[in-house]
Amino acid sequence: MLNRREVLLAGAAASAALVSGCHSRGSHWLVLTDAEAHTLSALCDQIIPADEWPSASEAGVVTFIDRQLTGPYRRHRKTYRHGLEDIGNMALSRFGVELARASCAQQLQIAQAIEQQNPAFFELVRRHTLQGYYGSPRHGGNKDAVSWRMLGLAEPPLRGRAQYDFTAGPKA
Amino acid sequence: MKSVNAVVIGAGAGGGIVAKELATAGLSVVVFERGKWYTAHDCRKDDLRNQRTTVLGNAFGPDDDGNPRVLIDGKGNARQMLPSEGGYQNNAACVGGGTLSYGAQAWRYMPQDFRMRSTYGAPEGSSLEDWPISYDELEPFYEKAEYEIGISGDYSGTPFKGPRKRDLPMPPLPPNREFGILEPAAKRLGLHPFHLPMARNSVPYNGRGPCMRCRWCCGFACEVDAKNGSQNTVLPVALSTGNCELRTESMVTQILTDDRGRARGVSFIDSRGNQQEQLADIVVVSACAIESARLLLNSKSHLFPNGLGNRYDQVGRHLQGHHYTGATGYFDFETYDDVGPGASIAVTDYNHGTPGLHGGGMLANEFIRLPIHMIDRLPPGTPKWGLAHKQAMRQWHKRSIVIMGPTQQIPTATARVTVDPQVRDKWGIPVARIQGNVHPHTYDIGAVQAGRAEAWLKEAGAIHTVAMAGRPDSVSAGQHQAGTCRMGDDPRGSVVNKFCQVHDVDNLFVIDGSVHVTNGGFNPVLTIMAVAYHASDALVRNWKGTRFRS
Repeated sequence: MLNRREVLLAGAAASAALVSGCHSRGSHWLVLTDAEAHTLSALCDQIIPADEWPSASEAGVVTFIDRQLTGPYRRHRKTYRHGLEDIGNMALSRFGVELARASCAQQLQIAQAIEQQNPAFFELVRRHTLQGYYGSPRHGGNKDAVSWRMLGLAEPPLRGRAQYDFTAGPKA
Repeated sequence: MKSVNAVVIGAGAGGGIVAKELATAGLSVVVFERGKWYTAHDCRKDDLRNQRTTVLGNAFGPDDDGNPRVLIDGKGNARQMLPSEGGYQNNAACVGGGTLSYGAQAWRYMPQDFRMRSTYGAPEGSSLEDWPISYDELEPFYEKAEYEIGISGDYSGTPFKGPRKRDLPMPPLPPNREFGILEPAAKRLGLHPFHLPMARNSVPYNGRGPCMRCRWCCGFACEVDAKNGSQNTVLPVALSTGNCELRTESMVTQILTDDRGRARGVSFIDSRGNQQEQLADIVVVSACAIESARLLLNSKSHLFPNGLGNRYDQVGRHLQGHHYTGATGYFDFETYDDVGPGASIAVTDYNHGTPGLHGGGMLANEFIRLPIHMIDRLPPGTPKWGLAHKQAMRQWHKRSIVIMGPTQQIPTATARVTVDPQVRDKWGIPVARIQGNVHPHTYDIGAVQAGRAEAWLKEAGAIHTVAMAGRPDSVSAGQHQAGTCRMGDDPRGSVVNKFCQVHDVDNLFVIDGSVHVTNGGFNPVLTIMAVAYHASDALVRNWKGTRFRS
């Protein structure tokens, strides 16, 4: 398994690859276009930014959302398409660059503006981002159970009651 | 298709027991279940797709495709709901029903819970009534359920309970850390905390091993099959008699009646989509409160133009569940030990006897918390996103305790299930239409309960508490749904008698939570099971050889 530093490096490399447009020849997204994925990635990373633990996109949240848009969330495809287009236009008109190329402070401004102007869309993205980050790794987010390890939960999880100490009692 | 003695519709908490009791008494039985038979291998431990967190769908049915319901909101607007949406009021659709994936708290109601109207009087606008059956009549059947299904726990710490002849068959699980924090606090408050009862093996029982204390519990199928439900207790016994057949993925569309107004069987759509008929001497409806009412209402004929059992417009009324209230407490030390099932300690001091309140409810600590449960349960003032949210998740996930419980719900006749005139499911059957509100006094009780939960958490050392006690403008049903075919002595005010027999069709029975007159301040499953044993007992005693006579 990758250690945390390797995860971070791998995530950083993946982000760099996205921004550099390496995927334009044959997109690996199922529903999103490369441009939409860049914009969504920037927005998700405002919702869960990196600190000593990975950001949303580093943990695979964009992959999670893209996958769910083929299944349970296909009913939200249009909302994503229009919402991401609006965000893209907002970034262009305010800062003259795509959201993914804007500075972190500018991305935060856009996220706050979207939360005000299109609260339904922002709430949808917020919920899906948190689901991807804190939910089961099987759906593409929470890569290597990174959020569970961040919260101090055993991963892989404990199995069998002999592993638990029931005599410890509460810490006063 | 060969005629059988009994058809049971629904393989959940009620239907499984009926099937077992009838099959072991020698009756030929066919059980219909619209869902699939899942096993421990289907646990999946999927935080986003289970029976409790359903953002990616229900793990144990129904599927989001082709199973809509219609919800009438507080303003009278009709809206189609998906099974994975809260307003759908889902339980489950699978062998075992809710008992496959429930948290498995297995409570007896208290004697007063069967005499709510006599004890408190009916609040204005309510349909609060007494049951036609008492706790004492049901007591032997509670015991039977506790031993045949397999319940662990220890009631000895509380005087607030109905009289019982035998202790539970299994001791409680070893206490988790929350138990250790909450027990002395409750005692300091003068309360009587104890190990709550659960349909979960704490020691080997019934040929299966004990709980391994994992994180994926309430909402999931148990990975080691230590959680006890219809699917791993009574149904296998029923099938092993050779008298019982279980037809999965088969949807009953209508109960058939003859010219004399007796049930003669059911029509159903089998797993390949073919419409068929199954004739039977007895028909037992055990499809859960909403679907049982829907089936009766959809079973129209010239003798029963408004549906079966519905001569006095009672089917579908008094829909109730539980208004859950309580509080979250935040601590400056770790409270979370990653030991399932989590829920471990309860008090029943508050179920009855508060002046001014028509009942109360049990309070217990909540099931083990998955990270996804915490994302919107952070202290007030925490930003909903951004670095501060992430840091708060780290700060509080292991330093919080939730105490809550099911508030005794005051029923109303206007909270009801009908069938929608337009919307149909994938089989072409008119779907359930749900409307009405919770009686406001329920919310008064809930607010007091939330304050009590906060006080308990504060005594336990919480540095901050947040009450959960809303007044939602909607019906309450969900996994605890009940009341739509209430039992009673008066045919004009009820659908079935105390033996779950439909008043005007003597070989038709409703045996599930539908018959609950009131739903107690407890999780209802053990009462559904006890009522099923009680009704089955009467049914078998009245069975005369090859034909049923009442």
